[in-house]
Amino acid sequence: MITLNRRDWLAGAMGVSVAFAGRSALAQDADRNKLVVIIARGAMDGLSVTVPSGDPNYEALRGGLVVRGALPLDGDFGLHPAMPRLHALHEAGEARFAPAVAIPARLRSHFDAQDILENGGAALRQERDGWLNRALAITGTRGLAVGAQTPLILRGDVQTASWAPGGAPDDDGRLAALLMDLYADDPLLGPALTTGLQTEAMAQTALDGQRLGPRNVATLGRGVAGLMAGPEGADIVALTLDGYDTHARQGADEGQLANRLSIQDQVIDGLRLGLGEQWGRTAVVVATEFGRTVRANGTAGTDHGTASCLILAGGAVRPGGLLGDWPTLADNRLYEGRDLTPTLDVRSVFKGLLRDHLGLDQTDIERTVFPNSGEAAAVSGLV
Amino acid sequence: MARTTADRRPIIALTRLGMGARPDDLARVSDAGGWLRGQIRLGGAANPQVALPPTDDQIARLYAYRDQVAQARRADADSGRDPVREARRILIDATAAAFLARMRLACLTEAGFAERWALFWTNWFSVSATKFQAALVIPQYEAEAIRPRVFGRFSDLLVAAEAHPAMLLYLDQAQSVGPNSSVGQRREAGLNENLAREILELHTVGADAGYTQADVTEFARALTGWSISAPPDAPPALRRQAQAGSNGFVFRALVHEPGSRTVMGHSYRQDGHDQALAILNDLAAHPATARRAAHRIAAHFIADEPPTTAVAALEAAWIDSGGDLAVVATTLIGLPEVWTAPQAKLKSPYELIVSGYRAIGLAPTRIEHVQPILRQLGQPPYSPASPEGWPDEAAAWGSPDAVVTRMGWAQAFAEAVPVPLAPTDLAEAVLGGLLSERTRAAVSRAESRSEAVALLLMSPEFQRR
Repeated sequence: MITLNRRDWLAGAMGVSVAFAGRSALAQDADRNKLVVIIARGAMDGLSVTVPSGDPNYEALRGGLVVRGALPLDGDFGLHPAMPRLHALHEAGEARFAPAVAIPARLRSHFDAQDILENGGAALRQERDGWLNRALAITGTRGLAVGAQTPLILRGDVQTASWAPGGAPDDDGRLAALLMDLYADDPLLGPALTTGLQTEAMAQTALDGQRLGPRNVATLGRGVAGLMAGPEGADIVALTLDGYDTHARQGADEGQLANRLSIQDQVIDGLRLGLGEQWGRTAVVVATEFGRTVRANGTAGTDHGTASCLILAGGAVRPGGLLGDWPTLADNRLYEGRDLTPTLDVRSVFKGLLRDHLGLDQTDIERTVFPNSGEAAAVSGLV
Repeated sequence: MARTTADRRPIIALTRLGMGARPDDLARVSDAGGWLRGQIRLGGAANPQVALPPTDDQIARLYAYRDQVAQARRADADSGRDPVREARRILIDATAAAFLARMRLACLTEAGFAERWALFWTNWFSVSATKFQAALVIPQYEAEAIRPRVFGRFSDLLVAAEAHPAMLLYLDQAQSVGPNSSVGQRREAGLNENLAREILELHTVGADAGYTQADVTEFARALTGWSISAPPDAPPALRRQAQAGSNGFVFRALVHEPGSRTVMGHSYRQDGHDQALAILNDLAAHPATARRAAHRIAAHFIADEPPTTAVAALEAAWIDSGGDLAVVATTLIGLPEVWTAPQAKLKSPYELIVSGYRAIGLAPTRIEHVQPILRQLGQPPYSPASPEGWPDEAAAWGSPDAVVTRMGWAQAFAEAVPVPLAPTDLAEAVLGGLLSERTRAAVSRAESRSEAVALLLMSPEFQRR
């Protein structure tokens, strides 16, 4: 429960300027577009999400991992049966899929690849902060990280909010006010406390006093949506879902991976339900650091691969077919003889969304947000 | 009030290098260097006081549990009782008790540096309870493989960590089968390269050391056979030709990929178990391992972006001593930067909670007192999200939500615990020369004892080290 005291105090004594300073004219627009980036951490097996049921080599190569009950998508593809809500969005023209996407560097280290996915560099150690943070510096809008830790993609010069389900301390703001005095010279603790209290107050309002347990996936999307609503709501959100590193007993229609995909399905649909009419101005993109081997390994799982799929959903999404080409699973088309070959650079999708959905200038995108990305042209017509 | 560097040595030893000061620590630790050197012992770091079933027994319990799951799935779901869940809880309870014991040791020990050093290496060789099978033997892993070796040779620590069932289960090595081994030729089974890759990337040379996918696959082939005891109902062939090692390790010749291997330009012609052992020893001695370890140690003890001079000194000590961790630890505590750098490191949640208990001279008595807050702050017991382990930089732990949660914890903790001294005396005792005038004033002006303690725990000089 939050008291009026703290909110009053926040709005008055402290103000919200620390968190959202430097807002540009762009952000004055009351109907700002919203972007949610979901990072599927651990290397999501794209071949089990956008299932290439029609590829002549699919069944032979995948063996026990073949997904039988895929829900029909465009052409020769199906969507994993654990994602019926996402499938309904697709039917309504609000979800599209890119079946063979990768980061620009060919790496099979989770941590290096996640760094590149999130810092927007073309190769290792080119960028230090997150590309979404650099985008925020230009749009002047509000960023929100969901989870106890802020992921790299949102770290950087611009202070962002963060929120993890689990409830807030009860207090009248006195201790926080005293601490702000102690934090006057601390570059991290002061701004973090200010922003954190403000977000918590918003979450309490959005959830109408209900407590949201940290494991309640069904309501996670709605909780996040609550923090995106209204004039003070977040515009750019990063959310991490983990557990995709399926080296053993991955499962097919059911099992370990299916469970993770079902969570993803519920979170996306929760966002839709929670955002209400704002869903129409929202794009949700799901990306992962790389895909997994085409063949199963010795333990009914898959090892680190190259291309995976990318999911784009939201009321702002323009209906259409698959994004990018299908490289096929023919023997001579596999990357290094073992992985799905990428046909689309993940930055092309991100750049398309920044330009056409968030209204960033092409020059800013090329110079600041995604330097060294000339080879990855922005995809048009996503929204 | 200016204080000299010499005044601060004991409090820096206790906080930056140790687990935090207890109210009587500063009086006890007048010679900081002597206190630290005395903890660098060949026998490693002390083990938590808790009775642990042997690793082999835990693995037998795991197999029994799997049978139970299978039976429960076959049986009709009748009464509201869930036998699988109950069995799981019993298994996990032992792990929770061991975690509490480890936390109590950290809160009560007089050898805080040895404890922090052991936690550093535990994190370097992370095994996570996010995988149920691994969770059952994590306490055994730390006690058997890691803690006794943290002041020995790195190569010994490396081999002990990779050969422990906890690691073999966590990174899927236990079931990896050489395709051309006698078992591999007869049934549908094959390689799993997870452990091989993470050894290269996280436990030794690092991802930028120039190895390729072919090196990973070759190393994975060499590692085939590194496994754990087979289930009681396994075919006799699988149990035959299995050599039992220490701590529940088993080498299975029948699944080992025959032939010589090439990893990072070196050829390995050894037979069986010795092949991967030889590779591990070469990786331990590789200069990239020394460089990476030196950087990680300096980043953990000094600053997220550590001074290059400190990294260079640690790297030289590592190389000159052939990876003798006692020499590296001794070099660390002699580095001028350790004693002069500002408090740049933000305590991890585990460090914060431990140092909070130390500040009032207590230790948690129930797992329920610490588990929820560790989870909320993003560091649930034994459960880093990936083999990379817990992050070590302030940006990871100082998110807005986390700082608010820290404040809520400090407030609730300060209200619940007895305070051994007058608040300003307590602040002096646990922060010594690090205590700022501003914090001292805030603590002395607080409207209640619990508010004073909450301010102390949340002060920048307590949150950082």
